[in-house]
Amino acid sequence: MTKQADERPVLSVSGLDVSFRTMRGEVKAVSDVSFDLKRGEVLALVGESGSGKSVSTRAVMGIVRGNATINARRMELAGHDLLTADEEQKRKLRGRVISLVFQDALSALNPVLSIGDQLGELYRTHLNVSKKEARERSIELLRSVHLASADKRIDDYPHQFSGGMRQRILIASAIALKPEVLIADEPTTALDVTVQAQILDLLDELRDELGMAILLITHDLGVVARMAERVAVMYAGRLVETGSVDDIFRAPSHPYTAALMASAPRIETVEKLEPIKGSPPNLIAPPPGCAFNPRCTHLGDLCTKVRPELIGDLPGRSRACHYPLVETAHVG
Amino acid sequence: MSAEPILEARGLSKTFRAGGAVFGKPFQAVKDVSLAVMPGETLAVVGESGCGKSTLARMLVGLETPDEGEILFRGAPIKRDRALRRQVQMVFQDPYLSLNPRRTVLDIVAEPLDVHGLAKGAPRTARVEELLTAVGLDPAASSRFPHEFSGGQRQRIGIARALAAEPSVLVCDEPVSALDVSVQAQVVNLLIDLQKRLGIAIIFIAHDLAVVRAISHRVMVMYLGRAVEEGGADRVLVTPNHPYTVALRGSALEPDPARARLARGKATRGEPPNPVNPPPGCRFNPRCPRVTDECRTNEPQMKRHTDAAGVSGVACYHPVHEAVELNA
Ligand SMILES: Nc1ncnc2c1ncn2[C@@H]1O[C@H](COP(=O)(O)OP(=O)(O)OP(=O)(O)O)[C@@H](O)[C@H]1O
Ligand SMILES: Nc1ncnc2c1ncn2[C@@H]1O[C@H](COP(=O)(O)OP(=O)(O)OP(=O)(O)O)[C@@H](O)[C@H]1O
Ligand code: SF4
Ligand code: SF4
Ligand SMILES: [Mg+2]
Ligand SMILES: [Mg+2]
Repeated sequence: MTKQADERPVLSVSGLDVSFRTMRGEVKAVSDVSFDLKRGEVLALVGESGSGKSVSTRAVMGIVRGNATINARRMELAGHDLLTADEEQKRKLRGRVISLVFQDALSALNPVLSIGDQLGELYRTHLNVSKKEARERSIELLRSVHLASADKRIDDYPHQFSGGMRQRILIASAIALKPEVLIADEPTTALDVTVQAQILDLLDELRDELGMAILLITHDLGVVARMAERVAVMYAGRLVETGSVDDIFRAPSHPYTAALMASAPRIETVEKLEPIKGSPPNLIAPPPGCAFNPRCTHLGDLCTKVRPELIGDLPGRSRACHYPLVETAHVG
Repeated sequence: MSAEPILEARGLSKTFRAGGAVFGKPFQAVKDVSLAVMPGETLAVVGESGCGKSTLARMLVGLETPDEGEILFRGAPIKRDRALRRQVQMVFQDPYLSLNPRRTVLDIVAEPLDVHGLAKGAPRTARVEELLTAVGLDPAASSRFPHEFSGGQRQRIGIARALAAEPSVLVCDEPVSALDVSVQAQVVNLLIDLQKRLGIAIIFIAHDLAVVRAISHRVMVMYLGRAVEEGGADRVLVTPNHPYTVALRGSALEPDPARARLARGKATRGEPPNPVNPPPGCRFNPRCPRVTDECRTNEPQMKRHTDAAGVSGVACYHPVHEAVELNA
């Protein structure tokens, strides 16, 4: 690792739990999630649909929807303790210090305000600039996310843009105030690969120039490979493996990670795709022991009895599995 | 394959306005696009963000009226009647748009069954639970509301609904983009199985070329509102002919860090393609490495030819593979 290694993390989360009270019982959406993000670093969060990625990041932002209980041992952002900060303090941090590209672009944009008004509002309230300057800056910002005819389209409303355009408008608003931490939840799902390449290059520039740290949530393993230094893999609300991109792509240690990678389609081949067998875990009554056990092909005696802890003695590499495919912890 | 397309579009165009619906500057979001799908066939539509794919899809299912051109269903001009609505279903790009927040998943997925009076009571519930299981959701999800689901779970609710009435044509707009690769594989396999069993025709809009390769028989590539290349999926994705398709294929990222990192800093720069002021001649000419004077003055038309791999077409004066030029 480079000089970043000894720096204090700009975002540090430890022991995060989020559960929802529903009519059918308590949904444990996130259990004991911990991660650190350093300045200028990209950490990718990947994992099963419904495994708690978005809920975790919403908890960090303080904007979980629904009837939720949130607990954590530590949640620190650039010297601010998010656990003790009041709503007003958190509101000030959002946008300038940390911002989120929502997974759902349409519901995150205000349908009755033009794009120019939404972006301009950000500049006016946070930077106190004139209406005219806010408008000019907004046009500049839209150009930076490669929106065609930005100057002509600035007065259009969200529904008049394509899916990928809305996604880029959302990215634009998240980077407008040049935050220290950007949480990007599936930021390129609606983009074709050429525009995706432009957006990823833009994010790289921001991290190189400003040291912006990025928590990148994506299902696209190609994007992970292109962008991230480290990966954290989630399954059923828990982190099940962490490590450097190179290590994990070369030799995944947790059977879920390995199975996930094996089901990725390739352009070169037309073989039948192989999904992971079995059904998604029930978060109200998870299986005893390891939550992946009903679907695991590597099952051993302990798997249905004892829940494996996330452990690993190599720096940054860990896994929660009794019978890992690659030993990452060999001390003792 | 049977001789008659189940859904056919001829010369579709759609104009919108930028900067206000009345006084804004008009631009063609879709320009003179034709396509045909056979029963049991999947046609993928790929292309740059904003090039008109969703607008095309919305015209095909009757949610948007074309300014020009016509749409034929089983050879007859399409009518917006109920029977037809059942036959042609759509999976929307933005699941939020289409899931009513105040209705349970049961009622959302059962909507086509209710509209067309296909099932009531216990069979209705059973059908919904069967569909939820097929798309990898817990059948108990049926009593919950959309906001209780993750992005990928909502996307699958939209797919389950579109399949409920067993349509003969399914228009899917980025149907698997929010799914992890395993669930994505499950949904792709489900669509392929249904297609084999029921002969459904599928129009599949996607940006992930690997998924396109896995599901589609044919591919159409769009650029700034126009179809620029079409042909068998293998042909288009393995030996692309149009310079834009080549660029698209070259930007696809592999799940391999050493290779994927080579793409850093290599994205195209400069002005994005602009539908409001399209360049004269070929719309791709400002970004094309093969551009000549001819490209800057006249717009190339789609030229089709047939060979062992079926019909292939490209709208370009200097396609990458000579064979097409000779044939054209
Ligand atoms: N308000 C809520 N009430 C009950 N359950 C909820 C609520 N919000 C989320 N959940 C559940 O919490 C789990 C985690 O959801 P989350 O949105 O974090 O998943 P995700 O990992 O982001 O998935 P995706 O990749 O599909 O976006 C899901 O199983 C979801 O059903
Ligand atoms: N209702 C509308 N009013 C005005 N312009 C519109 C409207 N709907 C779409 N457009 C414009 O038409 C063009 C094509 O949009 P469309 O949604 O079809 O693109 P797309 O190919 O689906 O893109 P993406 O991959 O980003 O979803 C865009 O410039 C878009 O802004
Ligand atoms: S703990 Fe057991 S069931 Fe869980 S992933 Fe490891 S081997 Fe599989
Ligand atoms: S017609 Fe000319 S500019 Fe257009 S794609 Fe072909 S070579 Fe390039
Ligand atoms: Mg999510
Ligand atoms: Mg679209």
